[in-house]
Amino acid sequence: MKAAVVVFPGSNCDRDLAVGFEQAGFDVSMVWHKDSVLPEGVDIVGVPGGFSYGDYLRCGAIAAQSPICKAVVDHANRGGYALGVCNGFQILTETGILPGALLRNAGLKYICRTVDLKVATQDSVFTEGYTAGDVIGIPIAHHDGNYFADTETRAALKDQDRVAFTYAENPNGSVDDIAGILSENRRVLGMMPHPERAADQGHGGTDGTAMFRALAGMLATA
Amino acid sequence: MKARVHVMLKNGVLDPQGEAVRHALGALGFEKVEGVRQGKVIDLDLASDATEADVTEMCEKLLANTVIESYSVEML
Repeated sequence: MKAAVVVFPGSNCDRDLAVGFEQAGFDVSMVWHKDSVLPEGVDIVGVPGGFSYGDYLRCGAIAAQSPICKAVVDHANRGGYALGVCNGFQILTETGILPGALLRNAGLKYICRTVDLKVATQDSVFTEGYTAGDVIGIPIAHHDGNYFADTETRAALKDQDRVAFTYAENPNGSVDDIAGILSENRRVLGMMPHPERAADQGHGGTDGTAMFRALAGMLATA
Repeated sequence: MKARVHVMLKNGVLDPQGEAVRHALGALGFEKVEGVRQGKVIDLDLASDATEADVTEMCEKLLANTVIESYSVEML
């Protein structure tokens, strides 16, 4: 099982995400934003948190135009798996792989704390290690995590059971309390909270571990 | 040749920064302000043969996120 983690100038969760994958048994390679191809045989691409390109223009906008992102879009279009966390989620929406956009937090403040997330569906390789309705503690750390999508998109997300996680108490103004969403084929997950920051006892919580374990289990048998 | 691009959040998209500015203006005693929307102005220096269509393409591809933002192009 191979994972690739993309590194942009300004990424700061790339190593944490790599460790999350490694602990679950993935061979992980780091991929630089100027690379135009992913390593051969990659099962899943991790798009990490951070401040790619200093959040200039819009969070994730410039990263979404980088050479590696073209390869990530091709990978997703071929049915490949991808996980975008925080800035990675912003980047995936900017590429169009996932619908909607992330706006400035409604309270205008950067928020960094562990929040309760509700698992909204277990029907994906990312969430099948949980039970729908589970409440898990996962850290958030963002200034622009206020998920927005028009009513049509929100209806589609709901009808297709593509909301992966919701906030138990909405911290940032996201519509429908949305914290993470799946692509139409359920193989791409974007989420603002950081499962890789809850994947080791030293983090103070391990509620994120089940995601990496489930991914490893599913992709090993795929 | 120059172009000026205005990028604004679409109507219906909450603009928390604009709201904060509105509150601040209210606190300063400017009671006639009923709403504030904050956007961006992007000035481009262009080759002489650049057209408005070129700038529109730039807006669609990068300068605006049309999921949440509208834009207008002014050729100067």
